[in-house]
Amino acid sequence: MTLPLLEVRSLTTHFITEEGIVRAVENVSFEIYPGEILCLVGESGCGKSVTGLSILKLIPIPPGQIVRGEILFNGRDLLKLTEKEMERVRGNEISMIFQEPMTSLNPVFTIGDQIMEAIQLHQRLNKKEARKKAIDMLDRVKIPFPEKRIDSYPHQLSGGMRQRAMIAMALSCQPKLLIADEPTTALDVTIQAEVLRLLREIQREMGMSVMLITHDLGVVSEVGDRVAVMYAGRLVEYGPVETIFHEMRHPYTKGLLESIPQLEEKRNRLNAIPGQVPDPMNLPEGCKFHPRCYLRVEECRKEEPPLFEVKEGHYSRCLRWRECR
Amino acid sequence: MTRFLFKRLLQLFMTLIGISILSWIIITQAPGSPIALTMDPKVSPKIIEQMEKNYDLDKPIYQQYFLWLKKLFTGKLYSFKDGRPVLEKIGERIWNTLLLNLVATLIIFSLAIPLGVFSARRPYSFLDNLGTFGAYLGLSIPGFWLAYLVILATVKLFGYPVLGLRSFVIEGLSPPEIVLDRIWHLMLPASIMAIHGIAGLSRYTRSSMLEVIRQEYIRTAKSKGLPEEVVYYKHALRNALLPIITLFGFLIPGLIGGSIIMESVFAWPGIGRLAYQAVLARDYPVVMTILTISAVLTLIGNFIADLLYGVADPRIRYQ
Amino acid sequence: MKGNGTTSQLKLVWKYFKRNRLAIGGLAIIIVIFFVAGTAPLLAPYDPGKTEVSLKLKPPSLKHFLGTDQLGRDVFSRMLYGSRISLSVGFVAVGISIFIGVLVGAIAGYYGRWVDSLLMRLVDVMFCFPTFFLILTVVALLGPSIFNIMVVIGLTSWMGTARFVRAEFLSLRERDFVQAARALGVNDRRIIFRHILPNALAPVFVTATLDVATAILVEAGLSFLGFGVQPPAPSWGNILTEGRTYIFDAWWLTVFPGLAILLTVLSFNLVGEGLRDSLDPRLRGRR
Repeated sequence: MTLPLLEVRSLTTHFITEEGIVRAVENVSFEIYPGEILCLVGESGCGKSVTGLSILKLIPIPPGQIVRGEILFNGRDLLKLTEKEMERVRGNEISMIFQEPMTSLNPVFTIGDQIMEAIQLHQRLNKKEARKKAIDMLDRVKIPFPEKRIDSYPHQLSGGMRQRAMIAMALSCQPKLLIADEPTTALDVTIQAEVLRLLREIQREMGMSVMLITHDLGVVSEVGDRVAVMYAGRLVEYGPVETIFHEMRHPYTKGLLESIPQLEEKRNRLNAIPGQVPDPMNLPEGCKFHPRCYLRVEECRKEEPPLFEVKEGHYSRCLRWRECR
Repeated sequence: MTRFLFKRLLQLFMTLIGISILSWIIITQAPGSPIALTMDPKVSPKIIEQMEKNYDLDKPIYQQYFLWLKKLFTGKLYSFKDGRPVLEKIGERIWNTLLLNLVATLIIFSLAIPLGVFSARRPYSFLDNLGTFGAYLGLSIPGFWLAYLVILATVKLFGYPVLGLRSFVIEGLSPPEIVLDRIWHLMLPASIMAIHGIAGLSRYTRSSMLEVIRQEYIRTAKSKGLPEEVVYYKHALRNALLPIITLFGFLIPGLIGGSIIMESVFAWPGIGRLAYQAVLARDYPVVMTILTISAVLTLIGNFIADLLYGVADPRIRYQ
Repeated sequence: MKGNGTTSQLKLVWKYFKRNRLAIGGLAIIIVIFFVAGTAPLLAPYDPGKTEVSLKLKPPSLKHFLGTDQLGRDVFSRMLYGSRISLSVGFVAVGISIFIGVLVGAIAGYYGRWVDSLLMRLVDVMFCFPTFFLILTVVALLGPSIFNIMVVIGLTSWMGTARFVRAEFLSLRERDFVQAARALGVNDRRIIFRHILPNALAPVFVTATLDVATAILVEAGLSFLGFGVQPPAPSWGNILTEGRTYIFDAWWLTVFPGLAILLTVLSFNLVGEGLRDSLDPRLRGRR
């Protein structure tokens, strides 16, 4: 049984605004093992991006606050590190890529500059060596004519190429973990597939772990090894992708999977989950999903259920997980 | 880039024409203008003769405009006060004003930008709020009043001479002392002129920085593990300074206008003072010429600023 | 978009404005100055025009709070009446500039194309002129009466407002409620004035307030050069200017009017910036 690369325990992140406290992430725990892809899945606003940002402590601290929890990376608790120590982890051992490559790259510097920056910082190479390495990385992410493109500005590249450049930038120092926050959402469907394939390839080559944040179940089934489903800031189901997709044990996961229109079936209506995502400042009592749940009972309103072990490696936060099929 | 340049040049040209027309209309057609004066029986024939010489009042209106324009460029416009060519009078003094404005601009940029950047780093902190209040104060204070207070203080408390380009008594002083004297006479008016500009530019810099810090690429920079100083002074600042380049063009008309008052207070022999004296003496050719030249200089200043912006922002430089 | 929406929007703006202590301070001072200007005849202990040569250049005392000037007139009373000049110049001039600016901006923003190009070219040209010098020249030409001063300042300060209003119109023009009005056959003038304009006015309040501050400073500058409101009518600017000659002997003639100008201009600037912060949705969550 290998040790996990990243262990998140009871991570809780709140945002203090004048209208109230937004409990964006509440008591979330999961592990990522070396060399695997864990997908963090859920609708907009469920807290998955905040989880990713919390791991690297990139949450803006005035309104935001990591209230409690532990984030063990190779045994060290990241939440206890000083900012200086954290700077050595970022871009070096853990990297992150973001959803919108146009706004996530600095428009006044060339992509070469931005890639070399990280290399020079973490690997102490001089400019020539760093440049060579940057060109290598661009080549690795399949950008044609890398020796020319390295001097391009972000606005001169297409969306897909910009995302590849961002991947090159994130991977330039060979991190052990890559956090990818909806990396393909802003791209065309065909480009999406290419970028995902690329990610998978490089991940296997480098033996890197990936935490892939997405709302697209298609992406999860395509590249995920394990998946964690989030709802209203909480983890509701967690386990291997195969298992979750075929033997899900939480009504929300079931609802998500069933709402995907199937080509083979003929239907008159889409299977939407009734109701709406709750207002994060006004969450329901007990189980956060119960108002919309077809399996709800009186119990569900009283207390928030803990994570039940369905079988080894598969957990569900539903009182009636046994009846959920 | 060339398309950008060409478009701007065209706009420049049209604006130039607009400026000259407006200048001409304001001075010659407004009530109290020279033309009205020619109707006044009390005005001496000598002045009327000068007017007609300058303004070709015997010719039809549109010709008057073009003839004026031509005279302006060929230096054939003559001052009412002493009959000398206007351009010559301006030429004598313009360097003094330019010097004053240049120093004031340097002071403004070198103080305001660091102030703004520093304030933005810890927004709403005590120092930032202090800086904000100071900026408001600087924007609200009447320049000539501040100048008088400073003069009052300097003379009463220190007994230093402050007016003019240099002290009257300079024989017997060694060259370095003379240079120092000149610098002293320059710094005081330039600094007071700069107050308003420092206040405004520091606020602008601050808000530009705050805007940039909110952008996503700043978060990306942080995620790479770059230290806070690098993220702030390299990634953020470079973007925040871009719009400030365009402000460069706007600073110039403000300084020329401010010159009028400051040059009067400090008896500085520049075109501001010349302009004021010309207004007092109803010396229309001089007034018109200074007005037009100022407007043209501003236009050119803005144009250069736009050009610089086009070069500095890679999104425009490489279309 | 009007009616209920406007009142609750106003309440929201006021809520954020209230939190800005500097702005509230500024507002308080403005109210005081308004009050003073309105009740000047009641508050003034002496007739501002009454000369008494035997009392000339007396320093501040219990009898004359701010001293007397070179003709023996009570400075305090003159300053009280002077507030009227400053405020009226500020408001009337800005009223004129807002009127022109809104008109130009609305037409340019709504009709677009060549109308917009032409009007913006005009704005560019006007912006190139050194404003203060232009004002000085025209006021000198026309004669320095308070009316001329107000009009000239108004005629040279409209460009900023025009740009803001135009920007608002350009974006509001494409919105659904405008398309709906057009589809219903509402004529252009009504659309501009009754439908779009109320929504475009927010930035105008900001520029108007800030422009009042500038106008007061300009009047002071004009007075300093001898082209402001002419004595014996008391304005803060001309009290200062007349006192210039006696600067070393009668400091009160320089300090008090300058202080009054500073305080008034500062208040308007604080309120204007406070309004700007309150109206900008992005700045709100900060304190």
